[in-house]
Amino acid sequence: MSSLDFSILVQAWPYLWSGLLFSLSLTAAAFAIGMALGTVFALVQHAEVPILGQVVRGYIALIRSIPLILVLFWFFFLVPIVLGHATGNGRPIPIGATWTAFITFGLFEAAYYSEIIRVGLRSLNKGQFEAAHALGLSRFMTYRLVILPQVIRVVSPIILSQTIILFQDTSLVYVLSLTDLLGAASKLAQLNGRLVEMYLFVAVVYLAICSAASQAVVALRRKNTLMSLTR
Amino acid sequence: MFDVLFERTSDGDLYIDWLLSGLGWTLALAFFGWWIAFGVGIAIGVGRTVRNRFIARASRLYVEVFRNIPVLVQMFLWYFVLPELLPGAIGNWLKQMPPPWGSFFPALICLGLYTAARIAEQVRAGIEALPKGQAEAAQALGVGVWRTYRLVIIPQALRLIVPSLTSEVMGIYKNTSVALTIGLLELTAQARQISEITFQTFAAFAAATVIYLALALCAYQLMMAIDKATRIPGNAQTAVRKTPRVPDADRAMA
Repeated sequence: MSSLDFSILVQAWPYLWSGLLFSLSLTAAAFAIGMALGTVFALVQHAEVPILGQVVRGYIALIRSIPLILVLFWFFFLVPIVLGHATGNGRPIPIGATWTAFITFGLFEAAYYSEIIRVGLRSLNKGQFEAAHALGLSRFMTYRLVILPQVIRVVSPIILSQTIILFQDTSLVYVLSLTDLLGAASKLAQLNGRLVEMYLFVAVVYLAICSAASQAVVALRRKNTLMSLTR
Repeated sequence: MFDVLFERTSDGDLYIDWLLSGLGWTLALAFFGWWIAFGVGIAIGVGRTVRNRFIARASRLYVEVFRNIPVLVQMFLWYFVLPELLPGAIGNWLKQMPPPWGSFFPALICLGLYTAARIAEQVRAGIEALPKGQAEAAQALGVGVWRTYRLVIIPQALRLIVPSLTSEVMGIYKNTSVALTIGLLELTAQARQISEITFQTFAAFAAATVIYLALALCAYQLMMAIDKATRIPGNAQTAVRKTPRVPDADRAMA
């Protein structure tokens, strides 16, 4: 057993920090895309839009059945081809691993967020729709002003837990050789040979961030229960 | 479209044999990993509900640690870090374990213990959902704590949580793909290898996707059958099932 030397981390910190920033921005972008798209997916299913509803349902079932790593490989290969067709010249346009990661995580998480929002929609009292209808609100305004605000509040703890999982999942961009927190650590470990210190440190950073966020989930849950008790 | 799968590889196999061998490793990891996760998960889940403060705290710590570190990082800890931290002889023995066992065992332990933390939370929820009277009645009958858990609490709690365990089953077979990062040639790794050699990316990934879909379907049907067979008839607690829940919301890494 070789002696551990954590002073190496001082030197490594700037690079690891830039990796952590990448992980966080990937999480933020995937959250934004995933929530926006996921809400649309959930509404399309809830409103039972013909054909589109079934397509969305199929997409979600497919995405949720295959591993994220395989999805990353798929998009890394498919997105350039789709873009090539979209721009009309038919030749694949390479977009690089970074863009692949952002697009993949956004589309992938949309499937999971959409399921959460759909359950929230189902849990809402039917009277909410009827009351909004009776007040003469249009369908769009009903969802925007009455339904969605309540749904988001109800499911906010689950959304946050899902986002913690998303943050952990971003470490999988390792398979695309990107420099997220884990990627940065593994690249440094290959240079300086201190992989024990590097990986232990990465584990501690993830543990600290995710534990803190889990506490927030607990607090949100408590707040929600209190509100439903006083209502 | 799948013609490429029936072409010969450089070592005389068909490409489809590679996929099937990958599927074998995926299934082996998921199956044996599941039983580790189930055993440890029940123990930790029970540990979170007992009176003994030390056991309750230790169980909580276990769940916190294993749930809040990404499975890929845990994979690296088991594969790269553990052999370095162990005394020389054992560490070297681990490092020199021949492939594929050198990657398989760390991956198995990693997935088992990671999934155990998630199952523990479900078990705890199941135990807490039981009416207090169950434990009290057992106590009144003079049944000891250990036997109360074994004969009264755990069997009922497990029957309650079958639906939520479905998402853990789905999670563990998807997480097996993370083992490719430590060199195990499971299904996704084989699909990538075929795509790199033959450039038939679409066929290779599509075949793997179809296999994963079939696995998901089987896992789902199996869990539905178990749920149907073990559902507690007429129990007020079955109402728990009717509250809308997000399948897979606490999904493990895909």
